[in-house]
Amino acid sequence: MTDVVITGLGATSPLGGDVSSTWEGALAGRSGVRTFDNDWVEQYDLPVHFSGQLAVPTAEVLSRPETRRMDPSAQMAMVAAREAWADAGSPEVDHDRLGAVVSSGIGGIWTLLNGWDTMKEKGAGRVLPMSVPMLMPNSPAAYVSLEFKARAGAHAPVSACASGAEAIGTAFEMIQSGRADIVIAGGTEAATHPLPIAAFAAMAALSKRNNDPQGASRPYDTSRDGFVLGEGSGIVVVESAEHAKARGARVYARLLGLGMTADGHHIAAPEPNGTGQTKAMQFALERAGITTTDVSHVNAHATSTPVGDMIEARGIRGLLGSHADSVLLSATKSMTGHLLGGAGALESVFTIKALAERTAPPTINVTEPDPELEVDLVRDTPRALPADGQLAAINNSFGFGGHNVALVFGTA
Amino acid sequence: MADKNEILAGLAEIVAEETGLDTNEVELDKSFTDDLDIDSLSMMTIVTLAEEKFDVRIPDEEVKNLTTVGDAVTFIEGAQK
Repeated sequence: MTDVVITGLGATSPLGGDVSSTWEGALAGRSGVRTFDNDWVEQYDLPVHFSGQLAVPTAEVLSRPETRRMDPSAQMAMVAAREAWADAGSPEVDHDRLGAVVSSGIGGIWTLLNGWDTMKEKGAGRVLPMSVPMLMPNSPAAYVSLEFKARAGAHAPVSACASGAEAIGTAFEMIQSGRADIVIAGGTEAATHPLPIAAFAAMAALSKRNNDPQGASRPYDTSRDGFVLGEGSGIVVVESAEHAKARGARVYARLLGLGMTADGHHIAAPEPNGTGQTKAMQFALERAGITTTDVSHVNAHATSTPVGDMIEARGIRGLLGSHADSVLLSATKSMTGHLLGGAGALESVFTIKALAERTAPPTINVTEPDPELEVDLVRDTPRALPADGQLAAINNSFGFGGHNVALVFGTA
Repeated sequence: MADKNEILAGLAEIVAEETGLDTNEVELDKSFTDDLDIDSLSMMTIVTLAEEKFDVRIPDEEVKNLTTVGDAVTFIEGAQK
């Protein structure tokens, strides 16, 4: 089987406009969540007053024509993809062997809703011709393919909040099946618009801790009351080990395994026993050819919802058994909020950095851990992973619809 | 009603926003495709924005006749009634 490695990282997030500032923010236990600085709350009687908003707006990085032609979701992916590609050394490659897999959970919702507003106000003749290319959910993948002339294939697997992880999984499979040597892969989301906020709030999915926005995302804490919407993108360069070696690339980590299952249970609620989630982790370990005792770190999906967090935690305990006591678990959504389709990709960046620097990032806001929690949760400050030997880590991502994706990474 | 110079200035602003070109590069004798490198989708965007700005209607079948910036300015001037 073809060995697969990670050779480039890119991100723009509520913690920073690139990987280094995002990672530094995470290690410092900073929150990227803040109250809206507009009139949405008054105008729409919005029950949630805050979200994780980009630390560096894309308009500060991209040209004016770029921000006009790309939906914010594609803009964020472009910022992260350019960083990842430059980080990989901007290699000269065979473009027929270069792929682009960039997912979004929701797609170009700003473009869609702005277009509808324009139409209602001014009529069909004022709807802009770029509306469809901007709102289609494959737009970020298509723009990244266009930017880097990635002709081996451009894909946008959509699985709600598992989309970003599934994109990296798809890149893994493109390389293992021989379709590509190198793939720019990840996820993006730009859904900080009043409609999705109202819609998630209507499901009682969002935290309403309006008096303490930075304390609102508190995975595993007894007083957790829902997730915090975040926005941004994470992109990684996935490459066959052979291709990376031939060009002398720096390798951050190995991508060892992928496990994907579906609950077949409910359109939004996770299956209560977490059977599908646990199977995804188990399949990923099997495909990686490692055992549970090889795992040192888990970046959990953990969105800070009352039900979801403990289903996953029980699954991890069930799978790892007593070894869970020596696995460092991090819930980084406590700092970034939940990037939906961007989450699995940004958290893959965190998992890869954790392995490369042998440091697990913290989980913030856990003042009173759920009494049922039987895992070693990294709280408030980063903790060191074992200094010697090969390490492996799992990154979990689960999505509305019952999509379960687990990625296993290993040290370089 | 905008005169020829005002139409050119307004159109130049739209083209500059859409393409990133400088407004002073948008001159009457410039071809949208050959000189300004504007593709058909961008041209349709410019037309949509110009219709709004000058309160005129530019039919789709007319757009192919607007080869140069001057053609567009002349059409818009005539269509303002």
